[in-house]
Amino acid sequence: MEKEVVLMKGNEAIAHAAIRCGCDGYFGYPITPQSEILETLAAEKPWETTGMVVLQAESELASINMIYGAGAAGKRAMTSSSSPGIALMQEGITYMAGAEIPGLIVNVQRGGPGLGTIQPSQSDYFQATRGGGNGDYNVIVLAPSSVQEMADFVETAFELAFKYRNPAMILSDGVIGQMMEKVILPPYKPRRTEAEIKAQCPWATIGRSQTRQPNILTSLDLDPVSMENRNLHLQAKYAEIKEKEVRYETQQCDDADYLIVAFGSAARIAQKAIELCREEGIKVGLLRPITLWPFPEKAIMEHGCRTRGILSFEINAGQMIEDIQIAINGKIPVAHFGHMGGVVPSPDEVVTALKEKLIKQ
Amino acid sequence: MNEEEIIRPENLVYKKPKLMNDRTMHYCPGCSHGVVHKLVAEVIEEMGMEDKTVAISPVGCAVFAYNYIDVDWVEAAHGRAPAVATAIKRLWPDRLVFTYQGDGDLACIGTAESIHALNRGENIAIIFINNAIYGMTGGQMAPTTLMGMKTSTCPYGREASLHGYPLHITDIAATLEGTCYVTRQSVHNVAAIRKAKKAIRKAFENSMAGKGSSLVEIVSTCNAGWKMSPEKANKWMEEHMFEYYKPGDLKDTTGEQQS
Repeated sequence: MEKEVVLMKGNEAIAHAAIRCGCDGYFGYPITPQSEILETLAAEKPWETTGMVVLQAESELASINMIYGAGAAGKRAMTSSSSPGIALMQEGITYMAGAEIPGLIVNVQRGGPGLGTIQPSQSDYFQATRGGGNGDYNVIVLAPSSVQEMADFVETAFELAFKYRNPAMILSDGVIGQMMEKVILPPYKPRRTEAEIKAQCPWATIGRSQTRQPNILTSLDLDPVSMENRNLHLQAKYAEIKEKEVRYETQQCDDADYLIVAFGSAARIAQKAIELCREEGIKVGLLRPITLWPFPEKAIMEHGCRTRGILSFEINAGQMIEDIQIAINGKIPVAHFGHMGGVVPSPDEVVTALKEKLIKQ
Repeated sequence: MNEEEIIRPENLVYKKPKLMNDRTMHYCPGCSHGVVHKLVAEVIEEMGMEDKTVAISPVGCAVFAYNYIDVDWVEAAHGRAPAVATAIKRLWPDRLVFTYQGDGDLACIGTAESIHALNRGENIAIIFINNAIYGMTGGQMAPTTLMGMKTSTCPYGREASLHGYPLHITDIAATLEGTCYVTRQSVHNVAAIRKAKKAIRKAFENSMAGKGSSLVEIVSTCNAGWKMSPEKANKWMEEHMFEYYKPGDLKDTTGEQQS
């Protein structure tokens, strides 16, 4: 009954979903094309309703360190930015991974490198899926391909972040952030109480009680053996996440002679492209990774190896293709198609690329 | 009086704060950190805030502060402690949240975070150890290194044309509308230690009373970095540091002046 169907931008959907799913705090800094997230939260004034804290920080460095603090204290906190701002946040993200502090980072990608452009891109795939900062670590990365998923993944990301005490990222882009679609907002869920936080996050630094030793959250350990053990613990956790949390979606893969692998906004374009192909009698299927890390490598191997070739369609110079190649291990041809710098490819171009790079061979 | 008599409870005139852990400190003998740690522990204990304190340690010598004071700690990235503290205090307003930072952390890499947290009037307290040098990394130039002072990265002495001037960050903090209490203290003798303790207590009380941000600078010695004996370092601090960093209150809008 509380479900509401509304028409809104992806960025706005994230803000509304955050308020509704019991998010405790948002800390962010303006950058195009995602400023609507902070603007929507400021206009909604959730501090008067759910008690959610909203703060415009002095920089992305401060924002990420604020969610580091909030997460350390057991709170569901998030920040959002776009590519250059996410680059600045890498320091805080690696500290969160090292100290095992949960939190949500939203990246509404724009083209790079450097200041680049404000137009959409998917060129932060490497940065998101390889850790991005220093050290051996991974961030859980969810890639929404609709405004609905922008809303839904807020809760999913918080759940995963706290389940594994790890930073989670929603890797979106300027297309999904700016486009308007129908969305069903989640029902309101209360923020966690102090008792719930104490029960669910016994590691949180919220003041020690008489019954426990102080909690210390740090990523520092100067003893090499001890530091390696910390790393082994993290690696075991990442292995568990890879085992349990892979998410993806397939469309028309069963009879496919060719497979397109695409995520986020590219997957929307690919959907149209496979329709066009099938009108011409070319049987093409779509595999859409929803988690970019952990990557659906088994699914890609299983579906891909039944086809004659895979097109990795990404709005970048070819980044996810490396993960596909690792999964496929040379068994079938894998090609890439994409644009850079904010140019959004059309479905026709994808069809042409598929023909030229895979079918003509 | 034999030893048995001396250690009877009624004969004890001094004891270690309960919140100080029995752990050998990594600080060099003569360093000011140990004294300031003890004062912080005493104040938390006297305020009865043991179970409601979240402390933020910096990057620098005090990175390991969490090993010595028996409260919950979060270790922040270099310079970011005030941002970390901002979120914790806003989300847990009834907690005592403070940062403990050195000059490199607070006045150099974390200048933006410090100034903006203080300017927002976050209800946090910042303990700022100013020893005019980078201690942890082996004695490099700090933002607060005095003119002419030699460090490993200004081996011929700090020179304005090469290195710029010492940053009077505490004076800047006093001009910010968000700060309610900005003071400069030291811990080189008993009288100074007593005053510094009062200042720390006042800063912590301000944050719990929601009066705004408090900054307590402790002009400190780094005898190892300065390459001096502890005694000589104390003397050098009085003779040289106090000229640039004059002890006393810079700002107090709380209406309770310290005697």
